[in-house]
Amino acid sequence: MGTFSDTAILLLIAVIKITVVLVVLLTAIAYTTWLERKVVAHIQARWGPYLVGPHGLLQPLADGAKFILKEDIIPIEADKFIYWLAPFLGFVLAFLSFAVIPFGEGFTLYGHPVRFQIADLNVGLLYVFAVTSLGVYSIALAGWSSNSKYPLLGGLRSSAQMISYELSLGLALIGTLMMAGTLSLRGIVDAQSGFWHIHGVNTWVPHWYIFAQPIGFFVYFTSAIAETNRVPFDLPEGETELVAGFHTEYSSMKFAMFFMSEYANMITVSCLATLLFFGGWHGPGFAWLPGIVQIFLPVFWFCLKVFCFMFFYIWMRGTLPRFRYDQLMSLGWKFLLPLAMLNILVTSFLIAWHG
Amino acid sequence: MQILFYIFAAVAILAALNMVLQRTPVYSALSLIVVLCSLAAVYLLLGAEFIAVLQVIVYAGAIMVLFVFVIMLLNAGRETPSHRSRIAKWLGAPLIAGFLVEIVVVVRQQFPSSGGPSVAAPNGSPAGIGHLLFRSYALPFEVTSILILVAVLGAVVLAKKEF
Amino acid sequence: MAPLSHYLALSAILFVLGAAGFIVRRNIITVFMCIELMLNAVNVAFIAFARFNGNLDGQIFVFFVLVVAAAEAAVGLAIIIALHRNRESLNIEDVDSMKM
Repeated sequence: MGTFSDTAILLLIAVIKITVVLVVLLTAIAYTTWLERKVVAHIQARWGPYLVGPHGLLQPLADGAKFILKEDIIPIEADKFIYWLAPFLGFVLAFLSFAVIPFGEGFTLYGHPVRFQIADLNVGLLYVFAVTSLGVYSIALAGWSSNSKYPLLGGLRSSAQMISYELSLGLALIGTLMMAGTLSLRGIVDAQSGFWHIHGVNTWVPHWYIFAQPIGFFVYFTSAIAETNRVPFDLPEGETELVAGFHTEYSSMKFAMFFMSEYANMITVSCLATLLFFGGWHGPGFAWLPGIVQIFLPVFWFCLKVFCFMFFYIWMRGTLPRFRYDQLMSLGWKFLLPLAMLNILVTSFLIAWHG
Repeated sequence: MQILFYIFAAVAILAALNMVLQRTPVYSALSLIVVLCSLAAVYLLLGAEFIAVLQVIVYAGAIMVLFVFVIMLLNAGRETPSHRSRIAKWLGAPLIAGFLVEIVVVVRQQFPSSGGPSVAAPNGSPAGIGHLLFRSYALPFEVTSILILVAVLGAVVLAKKEF
Repeated sequence: MAPLSHYLALSAILFVLGAAGFIVRRNIITVFMCIELMLNAVNVAFIAFARFNGNLDGQIFVFFVLVVAAAEAAVGLAIIIALHRNRESLNIEDVDSMKM
C-alpha cells in the first residue's frame, strides 16, 4: 500500500469526497421536498409554500425545525429496539448506494488523479442492487414493530411489492450491461461516449443506451417507481387506503428519516437511470470556458439530467391515479418481468449477430 | 488489511452467538443478517467480490426476507424454556465445546498457521466466474435452474390453502 | 492476509454454533436459521481454499450452495407454513407423532 502518508492522503481525499456528497445530498433532499410541494401545487392550480422565505424557499428549514421539535410518540406495545432500528436502517442504506455513483470526470491534483466518485468498484452496479435489496427490511420491520393492524399490512404489502419489482429492475439493466461489457458504473458511462455510427456514417446522435434499449428503459423506470413506493405504485403508503401504511405509528424525527430515505432512494434511482441510459455526465463541452468551470461542467450535466428525472417523478405524482394492489403485482410479475426477459433475448441475439 | 478480517470475523461470531441464544425469532433473524453481511465482507477480503455481492443480494436480501416474512405472518413469539431431560443440558455444552476444540486442533495441525497465500489470487470478478461457470460448469448451472423451478412449484403447492 | 487455519477456524466456530443451535432450539424457524448458518460456515471454508489454492472452483461451488440454500429455504418455509396451519404451533416438540 506504499507509505503511511500515501494511505493518509487517500483517506483524507475519501473523507472530503464523502463529506461533500453527504452535504449536497442532504440539501438536495430538503429542496426536493420543496420542489415536490411547489410542482404538485402548480399542477393542481394553487400556489404551494409561499410565505416562508421568497416563494417558500426556506420551507424545508421550517419543516426540519418542526420535525426536530415535535413530540416523539412510541406505542406502548411496540418492540422498542426494532421500532428504533427500522428508520435508522432505511436512512443509512439509502445513502450507502452513493458510494459508487460517479458524478463527473475528475481532475488531476499534483499528479494524482482525483475522480468525482467515492469508490469505483468493478461490481459497482451489483453493489447498488445489494443495498436496494437490504432496504426492504426497514419497511417490513417498521410495519411489524409498530404492533398495529394498518402498519403491519402496509409494511408487508410494501415489502412484497419491493421484492417483486427488484427482479424486473435487475433484468431490465442486463441489456445495457451486455452492451457496455462491464459492471463498473464509470465503465458503463465511458462506453457511452461519442456518437452512434451507422455503417461508418456519423449520425450526430450521442452514443447513449436509451436509443438502443428503449424497452429496457421503460421496464427499468417503471420498476424503479414501484421500488421507491411512489405514485402510481404507492398503495402501501397511500393516505386513503391504509391510513399512512407502514409509517402510521411514527412521528417526528423517525418519520422524517423515512421521508428522507424515500427521497434519497428516488435520487439513487434517477442517478442510475442517467448513468445507464442517458450517458451520465456526457454533454456538450465548450472550449471557451475557463479551466475550473470545464472541470465542473460534466457534474453540471449529470445534475441536470438527474433533476429532469426527479421532475418527471413529481410530475407523475401530481397527475396519475393509484394502482390497486393486485393490479400492481400482476403488472410486475406478468408484464414487466416477461418484457425484461424478452429484451435480454433480443439484445443478446442482436449483439451476437453483429459482434 | 489483516486486522479487517479479524474485526469482521469477531462480528460474525458474536452475531451467530446472539442468533443461537436469542429467544425471539425476529432478533435471531436480524442477527443472522448481520452474520451474512460480515461474511460477505470476509469474502471480499479473500478476493471473491462477485460471490460477496451475490451473498448480500441473494442470501441477506432475498432468503432472509422470506424468513422475516414467515416469522411475521405466523406471529412467532418468544420461546418458552424446555421441560425435557436435564442430562442433555448438562452434557450438551461440554460436548459441543469439545467438538469445537477437536476441529480447531486438527485444522491447525493440517493447514499452515502462519504466512499468507503462496499463489496468486484467482480472478473473482464477474468475468472470471462467468468464464468458468458457462464452460466447465454449464451442466450444473442448467440443473440448478431446474432445481429452482421445482422448488418454486413445491413451495406454491405446499403453502396453498386448499387444493 | 491471515493464515489459512484462521479462516478455517472461523468456519469451524460458525459451524459448531449452528450445529449447537440446531440441536438445542425448539422453534422450528430458528432451527432452520441454524441450518443456514452451517451452510454459510461451509461457504467460508470453500472461499478460503479457493484463495489459498489459486483456484476458482471453490467460488463456483459457493455459487451453487447459495442457489441450493435458496431453493431449500423456499420449500422448507412452505412446509413450516403448512405445518403451522395444521398444528397451530411452531414448537418442534409438538410435531412428534406421524398422524395428523
